[in-house]
Amino acid sequence: MSTYRGPLDGIRIADFTTGLAGPFSTQILTWLGAEVIKIESMEHSSLLRQTAEARFINTNLAKLSTTINLTRPEGLDLARRLITVSDVLAESFRPGVMTNLGLDYEAVRKIKPDIIMISLSGFGQTPPEGHYRTWASIFGGMGGLTHLTGYPDGIPCNERGANDTRGGQYAAFAVLTALCYRMRTGQGQYLDLAVRDVICCHIGDVLLDYTMNLRDQGRRGNRDDKMSPHNCYRCKGDDKWISIAVATDDEWRSLCKATGIAELPDDKRFADARDRWQNQDELDGIITAWTLNHTHYEIMEILQASSVAAVPSLNCEEIYTDRHFKSRGFVKEVEHPERGKQVVTGPPWILSATETSLDTAPLMGQHNDYIFGELLGLSSSDIARLREDQVIY
Amino acid sequence: MIEGALDGLQVLELSQFISGPYCCKLLADLGAEVIKIEEPETGDESRQRGPFPNDSNHIEKSGLFLYLNTNKYGITLNIKTPKGREIFKELVRETDVLIENNPPLMMKELELNYSTLKQVNPRLIMTSITPFGQTGPYQNYKSYYLNTFHGGGEGYLLPAGLGYVLYPDREPIKAGGYIGEYDIGLAAAIATLGSYYMAQTVNEGQYADVSGLEVIAGLMRYEHAPYNDGWVVNRASWALPIGGLAQCKDGFVELMPLMEHMYEGLLELINPELAQDEKYQYKNVMLSYARPVGGEDDDVRQSLKDLIEEWALKHTKEEIYHQVQAKGCAAGIIATPEDVLDSAQLKARNLFVEVEHPEAGTLKFPSTPCLFSRTPWQLRRYAPHLGEHNEAIFCNRMGISKQEVLELKQKGVV
Repeated sequence: MSTYRGPLDGIRIADFTTGLAGPFSTQILTWLGAEVIKIESMEHSSLLRQTAEARFINTNLAKLSTTINLTRPEGLDLARRLITVSDVLAESFRPGVMTNLGLDYEAVRKIKPDIIMISLSGFGQTPPEGHYRTWASIFGGMGGLTHLTGYPDGIPCNERGANDTRGGQYAAFAVLTALCYRMRTGQGQYLDLAVRDVICCHIGDVLLDYTMNLRDQGRRGNRDDKMSPHNCYRCKGDDKWISIAVATDDEWRSLCKATGIAELPDDKRFADARDRWQNQDELDGIITAWTLNHTHYEIMEILQASSVAAVPSLNCEEIYTDRHFKSRGFVKEVEHPERGKQVVTGPPWILSATETSLDTAPLMGQHNDYIFGELLGLSSSDIARLREDQVIY
Repeated sequence: MIEGALDGLQVLELSQFISGPYCCKLLADLGAEVIKIEEPETGDESRQRGPFPNDSNHIEKSGLFLYLNTNKYGITLNIKTPKGREIFKELVRETDVLIENNPPLMMKELELNYSTLKQVNPRLIMTSITPFGQTGPYQNYKSYYLNTFHGGGEGYLLPAGLGYVLYPDREPIKAGGYIGEYDIGLAAAIATLGSYYMAQTVNEGQYADVSGLEVIAGLMRYEHAPYNDGWVVNRASWALPIGGLAQCKDGFVELMPLMEHMYEGLLELINPELAQDEKYQYKNVMLSYARPVGGEDDDVRQSLKDLIEEWALKHTKEEIYHQVQAKGCAAGIIATPEDVLDSAQLKARNLFVEVEHPEAGTLKFPSTPCLFSRTPWQLRRYAPHLGEHNEAIFCNRMGISKQEVLELKQKGVV
């Protein structure tokens, strides 16, 4: 079988995004073989690049970097020239910024009629609240997820990066659909993605419970509507936990047998699924007395050998060193020119006819010569002058 | 009818619950023709899960199912029978894409793995969604949505911040609803469309082996990456120097005065006098951006926290949201389902569609988070009744006689 750089081999993306949601969306497209060119500048450098290099690297793998000063007319001219040789333009500025730069969709399609442009923002480009300021914890809250996350008797709980990255996934999906459409019709289009709305779509069933029954499901910890046991149980060690979920009577019997907890099989409180669900607090206590004597990995092996779903609640070190993730190539090391070996994570899939490139993230402006020289055809004296004038900066 | 982005894409779905159905819904909503295969009589397991109107269980009224299966055709087929497998392979022959989320062993035992099906359809694109993937030491381990969420490392970091400070001895938890399973379905849709795009250019199908735990772990890259700096992040690791979650008159809000002008705007709103005080200048307060919870707050920071707390309790979430935003500071409501459905911004974006479903009554659910200028989201048909399109697909499309379909029905094949 032949091997390709990826399904998007030959697709070029002019990537103006910063932060997390935007860069992760284009990160996904590099995994599929797209050439992603980051437009950066000393004039407005990414916060993540300045303060959190490891995070920057793990959201910008295999991208190219160019430095263009967008506060200068000549810089904007370079940006426009780059857009005319690109298939996709991605940006995540505050709504309005691209218009101020003269790089909004209406302007851009005049110089590149079939461009696919995507704008990522918290609330969308549209009024009345499109211009409001947001970060991940805010759109998690505004989308309705935070309210649903927490202990039944506790306060709502926020997530951070995951709300950005799940929005980034949708952006990558939207771009792919637009690429399919362009291939069929030759037409580009504009995509206005609101990350908060992604959260809403991912709790659609919970929202339906409200519209159907006026029920606010509220916070339920690890609980499920039907399954019990269905929780995280403390294990041997410091802050070590195993998640266990039992869906069927067969699994219940296997759990009883595998744990060897003598009182479980005959306890009337746990006779059938309904009893177990109603008495889950008591049941959780009994299970914890057993899990405390074993490590979380031991319990996974013991219970999985009996076909009971048990998986540790893993921390980053465990994920980065786990033999399973390594064996699939999901966790890999890259060599960064300044920071040396870096552990990073690749795509969550293996494609049979595609090798995924997991090159390290670029240094700022690392690919200027290729982009301005080879791609845009500027002479080396022009490039030198633009550097001197802090246009390439 | 407006053209869909994915018109012409044919998808066969052999999946249930959330990840696979959501993946296929994403494609169907943008124009793909999805034929969903369900087990005769019981159907997709999501049909047994709520929400149900008035909480009365009914196989055709599950809100979860009705939301996740819009725009699809539905047929019933028992692929565990030889005749069922024969019909299945006929369907595979005619499709571009097959999407499934069954246990790896089941597909192997039924001889429906990619290498077999590729003989039926050499250009086949197939996407399998499983917790651990098709390879590696844990490939056959079992994992329900709770396990996948924790195994991917998202659960370990919940609750964080204040949620952890208040209950430091409690267990890590999942986020609300089935959010992780939706994320996994979305990732599978990306892998599938990548393969489809490639198939259009190089005329070759491929197999995508999607791992749910890896999807979740991949979404956690922002939290996990500092491992490279020797930092193993845990639930105690997160707190904002100022702001974060605050209780207000009628609920909770989130305040994020992370930049100087935001901080100043917030202070002006809460106590204009303090905004003039040197001690309360941004640079003196924001000594570090993220620091371990439990560290000592100095007097200034503590007094600011008290002030914000006191102020928030006197105002409603709507007031706080708009007033703080008017000062240029990031702030939001911790929205309940009611708040989400009432949101002026979401209404302006037409996020929710409201339809009259023949069985389930009025349904209101989200459409798409992305406004597509040329290929807008469209509701072309409701989620199918169990076996609704058996005749259309088996008889009209495949040419099986009505008599034969009746016999297959009696044998429990369809």
